[in-house]
Amino acid sequence: MFQSARDSVRDVVFVDGVRTPFGKAKGVYSETRADDLIVKVIRELLRRNPALPAERIDDVAIAATTQTGDQGLTIGRVAGILAGLPQSVPGYAIDRMCAGAVTAVTTTASAIAVGAYDVAIAGGVEHMGRHPMGEGADPNPRFVSEKLIDTSALVMGQTAENVHDRYPTITKERADAYALASQRKVAKAYADGLIQPDLAPVAARHTESGWELVTTDEPPRPDTTLAGLAGLKTPFRPHGRVTAGNAAGINDGATGCILAAGDVVEELGLTAKMRLAGFGFAGVEPHVMGLGPIPSTEKALARTGLSIDDIGLFELNEAFAVQVLAFLDHFGIADDDPRVNPFGGAIALGHPLASSGVRLMTQLARQFADRPDVRYGLTAMCVGFGMGATTIWENPHFTGDAGATNGRSSANAASAAANAASTAARTPGRTGGAR
Amino acid sequence: MSGTPATALDFPGEVVTQAHVRYVALPGVAGPLALVTLDNGLDHTRPSTFGPAGLRSLLAAADEIEAHTPAVSAIAVTGKPFIFSVGADLAFRSSLRDPEAARAGIHAIGELGHAALRRIGEGRFGGRKVPTFALVNGAAMGGGLEVALHCDYRALSSDVTALALPEVFLGLVPGWGGTQLLPNLVGADRAVTIAIENPLNQNRMLRAAQAFALGLADVLLEPADFLEEALRWAARVIRGEIDPAAARAPVRRGQVWADAVARGRALADAKLHGAAPAAYRALDLLALAETADRDTGYAAETEALADLAVSEELAASLYAFDLVQKRAKRPAGGPDASLARPVTKVGVVGAGLMASQLALLFAQRLEVPVVLTDIDQARLDAGLATVHQEIDNLLTRKRISPDKASRLHGAVTGSLTKDVYADADLVIEAVFEDLAVKQRVFTELEAVVSPDTLLLTNTSALSVSDMASVLRHPQRVAGLHFFNPVAIMPLVEAVRGRQTDDAAIATTLAVAKKLRKNAVLTADTPAFVVNRLLTRFMGEVLAAIDNGTPVEDADQALEPLGLPMSPLVLLGLVGPAVALHVAEILHAAYPERFPGTEGLGRLVAAGKTSVYTWGPDGQQVDPEAAELIRSAASGDTPVLTGEQVREASLAALAEEIRALLDEGVVAEAADVDLCLLLGAGWPFHLGGITPYLDRTGISEKITGRRFTPPGVATLS
Repeated sequence: MFQSARDSVRDVVFVDGVRTPFGKAKGVYSETRADDLIVKVIRELLRRNPALPAERIDDVAIAATTQTGDQGLTIGRVAGILAGLPQSVPGYAIDRMCAGAVTAVTTTASAIAVGAYDVAIAGGVEHMGRHPMGEGADPNPRFVSEKLIDTSALVMGQTAENVHDRYPTITKERADAYALASQRKVAKAYADGLIQPDLAPVAARHTESGWELVTTDEPPRPDTTLAGLAGLKTPFRPHGRVTAGNAAGINDGATGCILAAGDVVEELGLTAKMRLAGFGFAGVEPHVMGLGPIPSTEKALARTGLSIDDIGLFELNEAFAVQVLAFLDHFGIADDDPRVNPFGGAIALGHPLASSGVRLMTQLARQFADRPDVRYGLTAMCVGFGMGATTIWENPHFTGDAGATNGRSSANAASAAANAASTAARTPGRTGGAR
Repeated sequence: MSGTPATALDFPGEVVTQAHVRYVALPGVAGPLALVTLDNGLDHTRPSTFGPAGLRSLLAAADEIEAHTPAVSAIAVTGKPFIFSVGADLAFRSSLRDPEAARAGIHAIGELGHAALRRIGEGRFGGRKVPTFALVNGAAMGGGLEVALHCDYRALSSDVTALALPEVFLGLVPGWGGTQLLPNLVGADRAVTIAIENPLNQNRMLRAAQAFALGLADVLLEPADFLEEALRWAARVIRGEIDPAAARAPVRRGQVWADAVARGRALADAKLHGAAPAAYRALDLLALAETADRDTGYAAETEALADLAVSEELAASLYAFDLVQKRAKRPAGGPDASLARPVTKVGVVGAGLMASQLALLFAQRLEVPVVLTDIDQARLDAGLATVHQEIDNLLTRKRISPDKASRLHGAVTGSLTKDVYADADLVIEAVFEDLAVKQRVFTELEAVVSPDTLLLTNTSALSVSDMASVLRHPQRVAGLHFFNPVAIMPLVEAVRGRQTDDAAIATTLAVAKKLRKNAVLTADTPAFVVNRLLTRFMGEVLAAIDNGTPVEDADQALEPLGLPMSPLVLLGLVGPAVALHVAEILHAAYPERFPGTEGLGRLVAAGKTSVYTWGPDGQQVDPEAAELIRSAASGDTPVLTGEQVREASLAALAEEIRALLDEGVVAEAADVDLCLLLGAGWPFHLGGITPYLDRTGISEKITGRRFTPPGVATLS
């Protein structure tokens, strides 16, 4: 039995999230260190939340897939020191490949829930330009000799082709159309000023051309056309379906968020942007790793007692268009459902592996603020070596508006309408799920 | 005016600092900010400097910014990581050998610098004025700081440790607007501190917090996200939300300004006695800045710069600067550094004042156990108490952490017997200056230590070889002569005895480096270099007094050289007893050049510690001391005037240096100069001393030849 000074599980609140603009590998951050990227994020979080005394932070969990060089030395600890946090604040490094930042959030959130922490910083960083995917990897020969996995599992693009094989109705045309929509949604979100508020500017040095101030994502290609996408090479298989246009790129970036117990949010007067309802991780066959989010989402829904119809907003990581489409098909959601990635996704914005999870959450939080009609949202992503990661969040701004458009979200509307997270937290049935 | 147009300036070896331009959109600001990065493309170990091509790059950046569409809202200048800019490339001056070409070239680069810095900093493009910012992210010295001074506003990163106008230290003036802009920004008194006082105090640099307190910057920001936050701050200034200029202390003119310049003159006189022109020229320019318009002030700066560029003082300074920057780091004549043996435990024999200082220094820098020994318990206790008290003092002054203090307290121990040295790798003796005593100490040590334990002596004048001669393994004995106070004086003389082997010397030099001392390798001749030369020099002054020259006249005779202190003040600092000991040894070795020491002997016998007394009226000659120096036999030769004393002293120095070089005590005249620069604090403008002796013709007159060919440390 876990012994806590408190006698119940506490609410976990997403106080705030920010990220650096994402860069293309060998692009804007080609001369910028990974640890410097995460430092900018942590400092921006503290600057944006002056009500949080830095010494109240109980831990700094930072994910990176390749934990060596400027992403090594226990990145969460070095980042805290470099960011000027008091040296009494500890930190650690986390790895679950693409779901690193998600795991940083769920791990620290769990510590908050049981009363071990009050406040944590969770995030991730990946500088794929300095640390190419698979850098230093040394796969055990037993994987091959015992046929533990299909060798294509080690090449992410091939796993995406494998998903196309499994679901022939997910054609290249559908994938390209989805990719184009992602580019357009990102362009619109930028035009509407919905992305920029949660970006920490980064001064990036270029020996040959001087410092620049990076304030927007580098990867988006707003001029993308279907014709253009159709003409791209399929590098993972001759006459295949996966292209650079319907997949996320090779990127650099860092993300971070502040998580706090609900009572600490009230005590310090912090903002409450989301309340964690629950989460789930699951494994699948590694050679179709893109399917991972399906069982992880089923699990998270089951554990929280919610159904897919309760979810009003989806932030799905777009490692590949095909894996998002497989998820949507599984849950019976249309390719162009407006609840899905309203600001666009990783195909346009980029996917610096271990950092992406908190980007999804930060975007979900911003949507929550403008959507009091939505009660629940989720983030989901696939993970290399065959895994999925899902988090489900409750919207503190939910008013239970009768005009709500998202299905069954009004089920508990009456009680939740009275107040935000703190009241909602005591509603039976949800804390049960978190337990 | 110069005949060299700025555009034609050529400097083939220039490492060009490029002025790169990027455009930054700022929220709520119409038009981008032009962000200029000064970057020579190399890492921080080769700081960005300005030569003619670098300045032209800055001008080209301004042209590009002016032509940019949409029109820029502001300009900001920053540097590569850790370096803003360290100013003019001194190699440019060195590249101009012919004095006429040098004058013209420096005049032209003065004008080019003014033009480039004004164009960026004044922010006037086609009749439009845009605000300009210096975002000082790293070291900013000389012309680099002047770039920042030209801007309307300055942000400073709190980790910067090198902010300075060091020109006067080298023999120049801040000549790219510094003398005119600085006093009008921070006031004349602070300008005197920054441009005169600090350079004359061993080229003291300002840390960020000090510079901010002096008004050099409008805002101090943390380094972790300096540039991002500096640009946010700049945006607030541009949007009119804050007005840093309004927060600056008003500059007071009139009497306050005149008083400041007068204070600067007093400082310069106390240090230089008019011996070198740069500080005085800089003060004239600071005085001019009170009323002069920019064009007038800048024209005067350029004239001063061109005059000083072809001064002997600058030539000597550049030579001296090179010696302390380069030659001091790698001792000439040293063996292969890989021969050095590790040192994991140190012994210090003796527990007197010098021994205590050595024990602390070894413990602090080598971070190994240090054991003091003395045969007398009370002396040992007193010596240890001195060390431990000094460790506590360092802790109180926050020079070391409590953990470090704890480590040092634990590292320094004492013993009455020498058997504790069985596992020591190095033992240094600092016992009474007597050959027999030192030989006995070494013999006792040899009975305990291993055959390759390095045995060092801190003797100031005795023969290292004689000390070693009684040993079975004399090859591991060397001299390591420290100067008082040990913690502060940067020089050590590393002495190679007749039988000292390469491993012993390599280890000695490696230890000196770890102690953060600059070593000069000398042969084992009486009193080595510094003490020999100072004793010879002082001997002439004492002889003159002995012969009837009034003490004040004789002692002040050297003032026009701008030495850090007069010979007799130095005598008081060293202590007449120590000086007598050295003088007697030199007299015995070279009786014809080091005459009788009777006067000094009488002074010591009478217990005098100085020729001067210090009372409410300041320094006074002690008439008893003066009388003691004078011998009854005086009067048969004419009494020398002050000027004659100076001539005699300098002639003696030239003669002694030549003798010392002929004996092969050090490798070159440069090592003699290095010894005097670092061991005696002799000024850059003399280049140590041999450039001065060469340029005044003294060396040729006295020894028949120069020490260094024309053009190396002198103009021609």
